[in-house]
Amino acid sequence: MDIKVNVREAPGDCYVVDLSGEIDVYTSPKVKDAIGEIIDRGVYHLVINLEKVRYIDSTGLGVLIGGLKRVREHGGSVNLVCTNPQIKKIFDITGLVKIFGIFESEDAAMKALV
Amino acid sequence: MNQPVEITAEDLVELRIPCRAEWVALARLAVAAVANRLRFSIEDIEDVKLAVAEACTAVIQHANHGEAIALTCETSLDALRIRVRDAGRHVGDRARSIDLDEARIAGLGVFLIRTLMDEVTYDVDPETGTDLVMVKRLHGNH
Repeated sequence: MDIKVNVREAPGDCYVVDLSGEIDVYTSPKVKDAIGEIIDRGVYHLVINLEKVRYIDSTGLGVLIGGLKRVREHGGSVNLVCTNPQIKKIFDITGLVKIFGIFESEDAAMKALV
Repeated sequence: MNQPVEITAEDLVELRIPCRAEWVALARLAVAAVANRLRFSIEDIEDVKLAVAEACTAVIQHANHGEAIALTCETSLDALRIRVRDAGRHVGDRARSIDLDEARIAGLGVFLIRTLMDEVTYDVDPETGTDLVMVKRLHGNH
C-alpha cells in the first residue's frame, strides 16, 4: 500500500497534482501535506488527477474537501480528473459531485478551472 | 487474490490487527479475499473493502491505540457478515476536542458504511468500545 504524489506546474497559473495508489487513513496525511504546501505558496487553482488512484476512503475525501475549502477562501478552485468507476461512485453517493468539478481528462479539468 | 471456490457451509474467518493506520490495508485485503471466495462481484467486493476500512478508521480515530481491532467474517451461501470490534475505552470526542470538519468527515465514513452494506448495526460505547456488525448479501450480479 502506498501513495505517490507528483506536483507539476501547468500553464495558466495553476498546478496539477498527480496521485497514484491508495488514499486511506495511513496515506492521506502525505496527500494533505502536498496539497497544503502548494496552497501555502499562493496557488489557488488546482487540478488533482485521480486517474491512477485505485482506492479512496473518507479520510482521502476529507483531504480533498479541506483543500477545496482553503482555495475557495482565496477565490480558487479544485477540479478532479477521475475515470475509475468505483471512485466516481464514492463521489456520487456522498454528493461530492456537486461541490467538485469532476472530469474525464486533464485537458477538460484544466479548461474548466475558474 | 485466491480463485473463487464453492462455499458449501458457513465458515468463520478471524483477524486481529493493531489499532494503527498502517494495518487498515491488511483488513481491506483480507475481507476482499473472503468476499471473492463467495463470488461477490468486483463492485460488491470494493463496497465491502471500503466499509471495513471505514469501520477500522473510526476505531483508530476514537480508541486508545494500544488496543487491537478484531474482525470476524462469517460466510454463508448468500451473504457475508462482518463484525468489527475493539475492546478499548474510547477517547471522548469532547476530550479530544475534534473540530466540526473532522466530525463531518467521520460522519461521512459512517454514511458510506450504511450506504454500501445491506444491514448495519453500530454501537459505540465509551466504556466497551465499538461493536459494528454489517452484512453484504450476494446479489447474483456476478
